[in-house]
Amino acid sequence: MLEIRFHGRGGQGTVVASKALAFAVAREGRFVQTFPEYGVERRGAPVVAFTRIDDVPIYIRSKIYEPDHLVVLEPTLIGAIDVTEGLKPGGWIIINSDKKAAEFGQFAGFKVATFDATSVALKYRLGSSAAPIVNTAILGALSKITGFVGIDAVREAVREIAPVKKDENVKAAEEAYEKAEAEQEQS
Amino acid sequence: MQKVIMGNHALSWGALLSRAEVIAAYPITPQTEVVELLSNMCADGDLDAQFIKVESEHSAMAASMGASAAGARTFTATSAQGLALMHEVLHWATGARLPIVMGNINRAMAPPWTIWTEQTDSISERDTGWLQIYTSSIQEILDSVIQAYKVAEQVYLPVMVVLDSFVLSHTNENCDIPDQSKVDAYLPKFENAYKLDVNKPAAYGGLTGPDWYYELRYKIQKDTERSLDLFVETGKEFGEMFGREYGLVETYKLDDADTVLVSSASIASTARPVIDAMREEGHKVGLIRVRVFRPFPSDLMRKLLEGRKKVLVVDRNISFGMSGAFYEETKAALYNVKNSPPMWGYIAGLGGRDVPTNVVRDMIEQTMKEDHPSGDIIWIGVKK
Repeated sequence: MLEIRFHGRGGQGTVVASKALAFAVAREGRFVQTFPEYGVERRGAPVVAFTRIDDVPIYIRSKIYEPDHLVVLEPTLIGAIDVTEGLKPGGWIIINSDKKAAEFGQFAGFKVATFDATSVALKYRLGSSAAPIVNTAILGALSKITGFVGIDAVREAVREIAPVKKDENVKAAEEAYEKAEAEQEQS
Repeated sequence: MQKVIMGNHALSWGALLSRAEVIAAYPITPQTEVVELLSNMCADGDLDAQFIKVESEHSAMAASMGASAAGARTFTATSAQGLALMHEVLHWATGARLPIVMGNINRAMAPPWTIWTEQTDSISERDTGWLQIYTSSIQEILDSVIQAYKVAEQVYLPVMVVLDSFVLSHTNENCDIPDQSKVDAYLPKFENAYKLDVNKPAAYGGLTGPDWYYELRYKIQKDTERSLDLFVETGKEFGEMFGREYGLVETYKLDDADTVLVSSASIASTARPVIDAMREEGHKVGLIRVRVFRPFPSDLMRKLLEGRKKVLVVDRNISFGMSGAFYEETKAALYNVKNSPPMWGYIAGLGGRDVPTNVVRDMIEQTMKEDHPSGDIIWIGVKK
C-alpha cells in the first residue's frame, strides 16, 4: 500500500489534489481511499489531506501517520510546521517551488523534487492571481516525477473533477508533466 | 459503472437507484452533500422525485411520514442534533408502520460543539423501533440503502442506514454503481397495501385504548424479529445479483479464534489488518463486525461467541451510567449461555478521536493479558 500526505493552505485545492490523484489511480484499476483532515476550514490556514493506493481493497480507516510520500503545495508551510513528521525514509517530497531541489538541504534522507506549479496555474488563470489553484499542475508533476500514476489517467481525472476551466486544468497538468522532467535533470 | 465517490454521495446514489419518489431533508454538517446531490439529481431530471424543502429535521421526518403514508417510497438523511430533533416523529414513523429509509451520519452530540464521529446519536434512538444498519465502506452504504427498502417494505418498518461522520461520509473510494435495470429487478416498485386512499377512507393512528395498544406493540416486535431473516435473505439475494453478499454480521478469521473482537462501522474495518498482523504472529484472534444492530442478532451472536476464551467489544458510543451499547447488548445476549466467555468492554474514538491500528492492537493485547476485565468500561488513552 502507498500512503501519500498532502500539505497546503485553504484555497489552493489541496483536498481536490488528493481526490484527483485517487480518481486517476482508480481509472487504472487500483483501489484508492482519500480524505481530508477535517477541522475548521479557513482560507490560508494549513490543510492536510490523505490518499491511500493499493492493489487490494483498503480496510484501514485511520489517518496516515507514517506516509510513504509527501506533496507540499505551499512552500511557506516548510518550517512553519514539521511537514516530514512520520515520513518514511527514502520517500518523495514533491514541493511546489521555483527553487531547485538542492536548496532544500534540510530534507536529507528523502528524495526531493520541486516544480513551479504556481507559474503554470497563473499562466492558465486557475484561481486568482493572488490565490492561484495549483493542484492540477502539481499532479502532472507528480505523475512525471514518481510514476505513481500515468498522465492519461491524470488527464481524465482532472477533466472529471475540475468544476470550471476543465481544458485549462488539463493543459496545466500536461504542461507540468512535460516540464517536470526538465527540472529533474537540472537538480 | 465504477466510480470514486464519497460516503454521503453513496447515500444519494442509493436513493436514486431505489427510485425514491419523495425526499424531504434539512441540511446539517456532515450530511449536507447527501441533500445537495439529491437536489441536483431531482433538478436535472435524473431522479423523478418530489424534493420537499423543509424548515427543520422534525418537519423533514413529518413530511417523510406523510409521503410514505400516501404510498411513496421516501428517503431522508440527517445527523446528530438533527436526529435528536426528529425523536418524537421517529416513534411515530414506527407506530404508523411506515417503511421510510433514512441515512444518519454518526456525529457526536453537542455540547461542546462538535462535528466529528460518534455513534451516540443513533444509539440514543435504538428504542424508537427503527431498524439500524451500521455500514463500514462506501460500497456498503450504497448497497444498504437498496437493501433497506427491500426489508422495510416487507415488514412495514422504517430503516436507518448509519455511517461514520467524515471517516465514511467524506471519504472517497472505489464504488460500483449498479445498473438501474438490475436494481429494478431486485427492488420492484412498492405497492403499499395500507396507503391513504380517498376512495377507501379510513382513520389512522387514532386514539387506541389499553384493549388494543398492547397487541399493536406485539406486532411491531414480531415483525422486527422477522426482519432478522429478511436481512439475511435479501442480503443473499443481493450477493447473487450484484456479487456482494450482506448479512447481520460480518466475520473475519473467526473459525478457530480464541479471542474475538466485536465492533462495528469503521473501527471494525480498521481492525481487519490488525487481525491479519496478529494472525501472522500466531495469535488466534478473530473479528465480528455487527452490521445490523436493530434488531440485535442475539441468536447469531450466541452461536458465534459461545465457548470462546475471551471476547472484547469496542464501542464508539456511551450510555452514561452503564457502558457502550454494542458491549451491553452482546453481554445481554450471552447471559443465559453455559459457556459464556468473559467480556471486555472498551470505549474508543468518542468525538472523532482517531482509532488507528496500534490502538486496536493495544485493546486486543490488554484483553489477552488479563484473566478478567477490571470493570464494565475500559477507557483507552484518556488524557489526565
